[in-house]
Amino acid sequence: MKKRIEQEEVRYIAHLARLQLSKEEEIKFARQLGKILEYVEKLKEVDVSDTAPTFHVLPLFNVWRKDKTGVSLSQEDALSNAPAKRRGHFQVPRVI
Amino acid sequence: MKGYRVNIGLEVHVELQTESKLFCNCATCFGAPPNTQVCPVCLGLPGVLPVINAKAVEFTISTALALGCQINSFCRFARKNYYYPDLPKNYQISQYDKPLAENGWVEIKVKESVRRIAIQRIHLEEDAGKLIHGDASENTQERNLSLVDYNRTGIPLMEIVSHPRITSPEEAYQYLITLKRILQYLKVSDCNMEEGSLRCDANISIRAGTEMGTKTELKNMNSFKEIRDGLTAEIKRQSYVLNEGGEIIQETRLWDSKRKATFSMRGKEEAHDYRYLPEPDLLPLKISREWLEKLRSQLPELPSSRHQKFVEEYGLPEYDADVLTDSPELADFFEKCLKYYPYPKIVSNWVMGEFLRLLKKEATFINQVKVTPAALAALLKELKKGTVSIGLAKEIFEEMFLSGKQAQEIIEQKGLKQISDQDSLRDIIDQVIKKNPRAVNDFLAGKQRALGALIGQTMAMTQGRANPQLVNQLLREKLGFK
Ligand SMILES: [Zn+2]
Repeated sequence: MKKRIEQEEVRYIAHLARLQLSKEEEIKFARQLGKILEYVEKLKEVDVSDTAPTFHVLPLFNVWRKDKTGVSLSQEDALSNAPAKRRGHFQVPRVI
Repeated sequence: MKGYRVNIGLEVHVELQTESKLFCNCATCFGAPPNTQVCPVCLGLPGVLPVINAKAVEFTISTALALGCQINSFCRFARKNYYYPDLPKNYQISQYDKPLAENGWVEIKVKESVRRIAIQRIHLEEDAGKLIHGDASENTQERNLSLVDYNRTGIPLMEIVSHPRITSPEEAYQYLITLKRILQYLKVSDCNMEEGSLRCDANISIRAGTEMGTKTELKNMNSFKEIRDGLTAEIKRQSYVLNEGGEIIQETRLWDSKRKATFSMRGKEEAHDYRYLPEPDLLPLKISREWLEKLRSQLPELPSSRHQKFVEEYGLPEYDADVLTDSPELADFFEKCLKYYPYPKIVSNWVMGEFLRLLKKEATFINQVKVTPAALAALLKELKKGTVSIGLAKEIFEEMFLSGKQAQEIIEQKGLKQISDQDSLRDIIDQVIKKNPRAVNDFLAGKQRALGALIGQTMAMTQGRANPQLVNQLLREKLGFK
């Protein structure tokens, strides 16, 4: 079955992900995403009527830790990859 | 708001008071310098794996048990995807289709009638970071910027969602107060609204018939009172719109506490499309029966049962029980005091009166107070014996409260013992009678009130140390009355 992704949907998803795409990119990604979905669609051919749903590939539960604090990064290290910083904060364009 | 019925649903976010964050070892202290309680996990750097903090799960289950919820024996986490600078991974680890608990209730009292507010679900998620927007800054360079502090990112957040069946702002207010009290009894959160440990969003709709109206979401309310005011304003607004033949638009509105009205967020609104997906980095949880029963057996005595005990066992008025069970610390203080001095109403009067008054005056907390329940009990025993008058006892208590000294010590140090010695009192009374001929004549002429003035004078001359009953008796004797 052919899975088609419309350009409009690409634009919508790009907006959700805060990406700005050119017209050309929208067309290109619509085609590529369509192909990916088409490929994944193949899974639908497998008969799973007798298979219990799997939530996780590992057959493990309750992997957790005690409520203990450890060492955190220094402010300097925490901000070392930030494109912009100010007064100990990550600096971003105004969002509101 | 006649003619319309109101449906309110509340989402309460509670920061759990664990030592460390939900998925990493970072500390959770409030007020640390920005970005000093962060690590590769909570900053969302590549190649890291979150590991669940068992305590956070335990706190959530205990809360769910206290609220009568069903705990799901199987639950898992999900990614809630959205793009905002307070979220370094661009997704929040939350729960979606398999929350920890569902279907509980909170019993509230509104105007003497009891109602159960149904809880839809309780789930566990991570908190987001804190944004400081430019307009909050004095610095003109920062006007077009937002600054991000990720210290809060990853702190365990428990979300308690009610069904939209709350029918008035007052009910919403009572629900929040009752819920907060339960959380404080459970000691799962400090519930400090100023520090953001407890936050609440509301959705609200009104209807004339049976069909639910269009709801709006209400945000930016910073206290329970603001929530009640915000809901009241929004009901008025919606009623006005419908009365004018308009339509309610589904939108998010912000409460403006200065202008006492709600305002649309305008344009900021987008279809919530979070594209939830199961969190592949975390393994699911299985909650065993044994674990549940263990946690159930460890639940503290909850406010409602404590309240009942105060009324039925101790014979206290409803009002006293309301005040005393307001916080577990206060209820503990009262009950401990009662152990040494088993007169509930007297202890209640002192705890609700002097103790709370001083607590407020000194702006301190019960667990930091110097006076112990045993010390208050000892003072009350002195009062009962007649060693001190009630006025003096209050003064002594204030000093005990401030210094942590024992009642006995203060009484002896200051020579505050009540004067019950008749001879020394007679001398003082003679002087008072001499100095106040008018009051004496008035009294002798039948004005009972004049005696009060004479008693007052005597008390003043003894710095309040005279036994007032004795003074009364001696004065009457002196003036020829028995
Ligand atoms: Zn961390």
